Amino acid sequence: MSGISSGFGTWNPIAWGLLILGIAVLALVLRSTGRRSYKKGTDQTKAFLSGNEEPSTPGDLHVRGGHLYWGMLDGLDAYYRRVRGLHTGVINDYVAWFVGALAFLGVLFVWVG
Amino acid sequence: MTALVPHVPALLIAVPLLGAFLAPIVGKLGRTTRNGFVALVLLVTAALAALLAVRFLGSNGSPILYVMGGPDGFAVPLPSGMATPIRIMFEIDAMNVFMVLITALVTLCAGLFSFRYLRDRSGGDLFYALFLLLTTAILGLEVTGDLFNFFVFLEITSIAACGLIGFQAWQKRAPEAAYKVMTMYTLAGIFVLLAIGLLYAEHGGLNMAYLASAIRGSVVDQVALTFLFVGLGMKAAAVPLHMWAPDAYGEAPAPVSAVLVVNSQASLYGLFRVMFTIYGGVANAVLLGWLIVALALVTIFVGVTVALLQNDLKRLIAYGALSQIGYMLLGVGVALVTIPTKPDFGFVALQGGIFHMINDAACIGLLFLTAGAAIRAAGTRDLNRMGGLAHTMRLTSVLFIVGALALAGIPPFNGFASKFLIYEGSFQLNPFLAVVAVLSSILLLAVFLKAFQAVFLGPRPEGASVGGEAPLGMLVPMVVLAAVVIGFGLFPGFFVERIVTPAARALWYGRDAYIHAVLGGF
Repeated sequence: MSGISSGFGTWNPIAWGLLILGIAVLALVLRSTGRRSYKKGTDQTKAFLSGNEEPSTPGDLHVRGGHLYWGMLDGLDAYYRRVRGLHTGVINDYVAWFVGALAFLGVLFVWVG
Repeated sequence: MTALVPHVPALLIAVPLLGAFLAPIVGKLGRTTRNGFVALVLLVTAALAALLAVRFLGSNGSPILYVMGGPDGFAVPLPSGMATPIRIMFEIDAMNVFMVLITALVTLCAGLFSFRYLRDRSGGDLFYALFLLLTTAILGLEVTGDLFNFFVFLEITSIAACGLIGFQAWQKRAPEAAYKVMTMYTLAGIFVLLAIGLLYAEHGGLNMAYLASAIRGSVVDQVALTFLFVGLGMKAAAVPLHMWAPDAYGEAPAPVSAVLVVNSQASLYGLFRVMFTIYGGVANAVLLGWLIVALALVTIFVGVTVALLQNDLKRLIAYGALSQIGYMLLGVGVALVTIPTKPDFGFVALQGGIFHMINDAACIGLLFLTAGAAIRAAGTRDLNRMGGLAHTMRLTSVLFIVGALALAGIPPFNGFASKFLIYEGSFQLNPFLAVVAVLSSILLLAVFLKAFQAVFLGPRPEGASVGGEAPLGMLVPMVVLAAVVIGFGLFPGFFVERIVTPAARALWYGRDAYIHAVLGGF
């Protein structure tokens, strides 16, 4: 009832969940054997910001959405410039894509298919 | 009561349709009365959908035929003495039942969510008239057995959807989005109508089963297929015909965005019905299949990568939703290609594609509703100006991450179960397809981690209002959708066996039964 099979592999979330539970229990057991040197209210509890001082204004602590993955987006700049160019937001372009797709598929279906 | 049971297919359309016309009148009695009335209509519609599913299970898998007008069925003698199925009829097989269940679930949750979400807005009477009209038309698309009625319902979805997208007219971009969507929907509708005209001129009938038996693959048939493919593909938001969708999903009120996803899926269902039933056995399945696989890969890749670029929460989810249309297309495309060579794996891919429809509807619906709650609390949808909402909206943030993980195909949520079948099926056709699908899912996880981090984590922005958790009226529908996401994820075998496999069989093997149900007596 829980699992599904593709004929090539199977997926059973209940079995997977039990496995994860077992691993979690094992991790807790291992953790309980560790050092008990954690102290609340000391520098141990401060966020580690690559060795930088913690900003005094809370707003500066938050990495805004637009700042995430900037390196990846910058690396893919050539691709994104092209994609942005296609998404103009102009209705004429939407219609042009529709007409283009219609012509392409028309040729494909009538002459090939 | 039992006398009404045979009329469930008609009531499924009649109840929300009547509700749509009565909503503005009931609205004169006050907001609470109107909301209660709309909730009742949506609950009765959902109950009718469930009853239809139960009735279908009792029919041993053969399609249910419901013919309007007269006890003698649809055979109307023409002057020439020839009998042709020309009456309005609904034909319902397992695929139709599957689609109806998706629509009933999402419209019910979105409708209940909207009562509190739109409480401070005026124009609610017209909003609910259009909302119920959209529900009616989507359900009509999914049960009709006649191509012209299909077009009529398609047009009603367009009109109602455009009204709802432009509902927030006080926002400068909503009317613009509605205008763009109206233009594109009209264009799609014109070409669907042209296709219907061509098929009528060629074969003298518009009943889907009749057309399935009559189509021989002539040039006219192929031109009609082109028009249907492009028209329905555009409404389903497949790349490169997707550009209206982020505008529509982004500018519509959150509950409407959730229903628009189901609306796109209804068009996708229409495309599947055209390819598998009406043109099944006539069209070049391998060519069609590879074409759909190519469209699917482009849709997945463009959807995910452009989502990564977005700093508007709703447009980000909209592009995520587009990528999921690609996964559904991938499953169906792989199925079509593998019909002659590896039918077993083709069937697995088809199961995955179909299963992903309900999974996508639940998790994208959940994401749009949670985003609506977050935007309402933050007063903005700009990711650069949001943050820290998890401090006050703990349950909403948990629900958002459930939807996001499910959409990204992370186990044990429902998105993984359907993507597992798609990965396995497409791997058998070409490992490259599975690699693109898996990598895009990982990228989608990155997209939603960005959204979650930007919206819910970190401190609250300075000057932001200190709001609380989303109200109960908004939380309950979100929790229901999250329960579906988790339930379908933990027990995929149960749902695949009972609703997905019969739907896939109806498309894959059910063409003859579909035709026979209508033309058996001819």
